[in-house]
Amino acid sequence: MAEIDQVTQSILEKIDDAGFGKEGAYNLRYNGYSLCHGNTKNITIKRKEDGKGMEVHISGETKGEQVHIPVVVATSGITDEVYNDFYIEDGADVTIVAGCGIHNSGCNDSRHDGIHTFHVGRGANVRYEEKHYGEGEGTGARILNPKTKIILAEEAVFTLDSVQIEGVDSTKRETEVILGAGSKLFVMEKLMTHDEQVAVSDMEVRMEGEESSAQIISRSVAKGKSVQKFHPKAIGCAPCHAHIQCDSIIMDNAQVCSIPEIDAKHIDAAIIHEAAIGRINNEQMIKLNTFGLDDEAAEAVIIENFLN
Amino acid sequence: MLEVKNLVFRPIDNGVEKSIIDDISFTVADGEMIVITGPNGGGKSTMAKLLMGIEKPDSGQILLDGVDITKLTIAERANAGIGFAFQQPPRFKGMTVERLLSLAAGCELPEKKCCDLLSNVGLCAREYLKREVDNTLSGGEMKRLEIASVLAKEHNLFIFDEPEAGIDLWSFSMLVKQFEQLHSNHKESLILISHQERIIQMADRIMVIKDGKIAKMGAKEQVFPGLMHHEGGCRCQGPPCV
Repeated sequence: MAEIDQVTQSILEKIDDAGFGKEGAYNLRYNGYSLCHGNTKNITIKRKEDGKGMEVHISGETKGEQVHIPVVVATSGITDEVYNDFYIEDGADVTIVAGCGIHNSGCNDSRHDGIHTFHVGRGANVRYEEKHYGEGEGTGARILNPKTKIILAEEAVFTLDSVQIEGVDSTKRETEVILGAGSKLFVMEKLMTHDEQVAVSDMEVRMEGEESSAQIISRSVAKGKSVQKFHPKAIGCAPCHAHIQCDSIIMDNAQVCSIPEIDAKHIDAAIIHEAAIGRINNEQMIKLNTFGLDDEAAEAVIIENFLN
Repeated sequence: MLEVKNLVFRPIDNGVEKSIIDDISFTVADGEMIVITGPNGGGKSTMAKLLMGIEKPDSGQILLDGVDITKLTIAERANAGIGFAFQQPPRFKGMTVERLLSLAAGCELPEKKCCDLLSNVGLCAREYLKREVDNTLSGGEMKRLEIASVLAKEHNLFIFDEPEAGIDLWSFSMLVKQFEQLHSNHKESLILISHQERIIQMADRIMVIKDGKIAKMGAKEQVFPGLMHHEGGCRCQGPPCV
């Protein structure tokens, strides 16, 4: 089995909170290749024949298992494009941890585009965690462009927890979700940008089944001269519920743009969108000052808790 | 001991200088409880903010235990031993009640301590620890949490700005007990801004601030009877003012 070097190990610690230990079902993609992988009785990871990704089959017998599929790009100038398909059978209960980290110490751009498709069976419960991180002293950009498509069958539940806190110069995230009857989607998106970073997130949630529901919460902090743009779109084609909440803290000379779109195509589609952009609240700062925190510490506490 | 000497606060509002605090001097001894009361807009809350450093005086001096704190920042005054409960505490998206209490205490508080602090202000601890300090909490819950956060740490001087506002009758009794307990230590100085008779009657001395000046200050026995018959004074009896 391939050894993991120190840089890769350090990135894995950043992007996989649960801990990547080459146990259970896993696949580590390193500089565009699968470095190591493992299956379990219920979860099978199969490399695609063209080498451009994998198929992950999760059986209905899966109860509470985790699949770890981290991606590390550690060489400057690499463009890695991967197509991963997940087939989750009816009634499965699984957590998929799929972080991506780039270490770029050179002058060329490093880029990873992860194109993921989830076919979620009836009554299955999936938690998908995606943490993005960039580091390295090089001048080359660190670019991550994830595309995620999720198709939920009846009564399926999908929780998407995405975090990008540090070091990614440019990201364009595209997410598309189709909800069947009685299925539920929970999205928690946390983002922090700094310097001259750019982050764009387009999301389309289509509630096609009766009594489907979606809750989308986006929290972001934009510092320096960074630019963020959000475009969440909820489409209600049946009796359904959706609540989208986008909150952003803007600092320094940053720019945050939020373009909500809600589209009801059925009289019983109830869709709410809330969006707020504002600077750090002065009353919160003063309150934390009265706890003995100076302005710098108070600001850090507010941001840390806001992104929680 | 707190000493306030000739404090003046005259901010410029729309190009016009306004006299909000006009040459106020007083002292609060260790273990003493002073209740500041008086008509709305008289300068009570501004006085409290000047003591905490939230507003800066134009002239005058504030000494805490003999040390001049007039030019200290809010955080420096907090670290010098002043605790401050806001009349309208801010909310924090993403911050849990447990985290807020630990920040207030200046260290990670064990769950048992958090529960005790919350129970003492009438909040059912288990329900609240993991809740966010956001707009899902009512005004009354925020006020009680505010009091709990100030009581999370030992201070030389406690300042409570209208602690009773927005609090239901049952919780008010618990709140009064908290103040009585603090007062019975005879250690910390206490300043409470209040319109509530039961709180005013707990005071060692009462200060009436009106039009930015001390209209009256003296022992409770001297000042309180006059308040009950004075236009603009405290008329509130029974349930707390909301």
